[in-house]
Amino acid sequence: MTVTTGTPAIEGWFTVGDAPTLLGERCIGCATTYFPPTAAAAGFCRNPGCDSETFEQVPLSRRGTVWSYTDAQYQPPPPYQAPEPFVPFALAAVELPEGMVVVGQVAQGYGTSDLRVGQEVELVVEPEHASEQRIYRWKPVVELGEEADQ
Amino acid sequence: MSAQSTVIAGVGMHPWGKWGRPFVQYGVHAARAALADAGIPWTDVDLVVGGETVRNGYAGYVAGSTFAQALGWNGARIATSYAACATGAQAIDTARARILAGMSEVALVVGADTTPKGFLAPNAGERWEDPDWLRFRLLGMTNPAYFAMYARRRMDLYGATQEDFAQVKVKNSRHGLSNPYARYRKEVGVEDVLSSAVVSDPLHLLDICATSDGAAAVVLVSEAYAQRLGLTNPVRVAAVSTVTPTFPNTVLDMPMLSTDAGTPGDRTFKQSIGAAAYEEAGIGPEDVDVAEVYDLSTALELDWMEDLGLCKEGEAESLLRGGETTLGGRIPVNPSGGLACFGEAVPAQALAQVCELTWQLRGQAEGRQVEGARVGITANQGLFGHGSSVIVTR
Repeated sequence: MTVTTGTPAIEGWFTVGDAPTLLGERCIGCATTYFPPTAAAAGFCRNPGCDSETFEQVPLSRRGTVWSYTDAQYQPPPPYQAPEPFVPFALAAVELPEGMVVVGQVAQGYGTSDLRVGQEVELVVEPEHASEQRIYRWKPVVELGEEADQ
Repeated sequence: MSAQSTVIAGVGMHPWGKWGRPFVQYGVHAARAALADAGIPWTDVDLVVGGETVRNGYAGYVAGSTFAQALGWNGARIATSYAACATGAQAIDTARARILAGMSEVALVVGADTTPKGFLAPNAGERWEDPDWLRFRLLGMTNPAYFAMYARRRMDLYGATQEDFAQVKVKNSRHGLSNPYARYRKEVGVEDVLSSAVVSDPLHLLDICATSDGAAAVVLVSEAYAQRLGLTNPVRVAAVSTVTPTFPNTVLDMPMLSTDAGTPGDRTFKQSIGAAAYEEAGIGPEDVDVAEVYDLSTALELDWMEDLGLCKEGEAESLLRGGETTLGGRIPVNPSGGLACFGEAVPAQALAQVCELTWQLRGQAEGRQVEGARVGITANQGLFGHGSSVIVTR
């Protein structure tokens, strides 16, 4: 069961709910989209040809393709908050139709053997490994019919 | 020799290891070794450029003066560089610029580090605007996880195998056997790598470089000073590339959580680092005899070979398998043993690469000599957009 409510681990990066999305920022001047949404906080656009300082919040595509993936088999150091005992988890870098690659953890229950470069994944929101706060994650999209093989 | 060249009069290092002493001691050791190698008295040095690290406490933040004071105040000008892993190249660039501007004749460039154990982790405190802190806090994304993602792409796109990655370690462990400055001088077999614990799939513990204490120093002088010193046929710095990426930077870079969006340019950031060095030196990849590249992981060495144009994309494994990157091959890579044998001492490492190439070009790399080497290139990349590539020629 995927829990879709709860407090996000970081404010303003993603929505929670049935169809969660990452929240990007689009520059009003040159239409470049950024994630994480820190451009507005910093107050400037990173495009060298653009001096706009105004951004609008835009939801990013919920699906993308895997650019690469790995896992953490050793416990990462703080500030990562690890459960006791530590449980290894997978990570994926995902290319979105917007043209950017976004790194995230992989959804609970999935590991590197479920992933390959180019595969389609979808954004979900789940509790953090060691807290009730929510974090976005990438979940492999399994087409109908494939599920039975797994 | 060109209008843009400066002369490497001396190089020196402190052996890499886990010595647990203050980094200043290593730095002074390396500096004195480099000055002795050059035959130049400390009193002749008019510029000290220190490579700093952010973990060494107060004095480490002002490394130039730390080393100058330890060597004994001599009134020299000082500068301090910080460019993460690219610190050494930036420090050389600072020294070179002042020499070429006629504002210095003898510059001493020093980098030294004392490292903590285990994963490199961010400093304490909460920093919700700092991607280097956020990647640990939100994702548990360590440095090896980035290395593993690059490695995985080689497997899924080019058919690389974990055994290929292990062979990089096997090669570098042999190269480093007789390097007196290397921390690990022990032959490693493919099975040793493959049977070591997986840190981040597909990389094993022995695919990933350790962190070490160490120091390296380079004495850089003007052409006029070199002549007065009577140096004949010295090694010269032909290029230093410290370029930043161009927008949009569309390849995932440690420690970022994302890339820029947009249409990629002609070159990736890593490709542009070497390209800028080649352009400055007026040579191409085909002129290179030996390369020292940043093998933070075994697979990353293969990436760098392609980024430097030593082979086409996707062909690095075939060069490796054919023995072409081994000593005696067409283009030996990491004859020093690389980070595989050293472990990383961040502010010293890019300088160590230059030390090794200097010994190679002088024919003094005993037990690991690339015969007839005349042109060498280093490659490295520091966090937050710091390119690093130095070309030396003789």
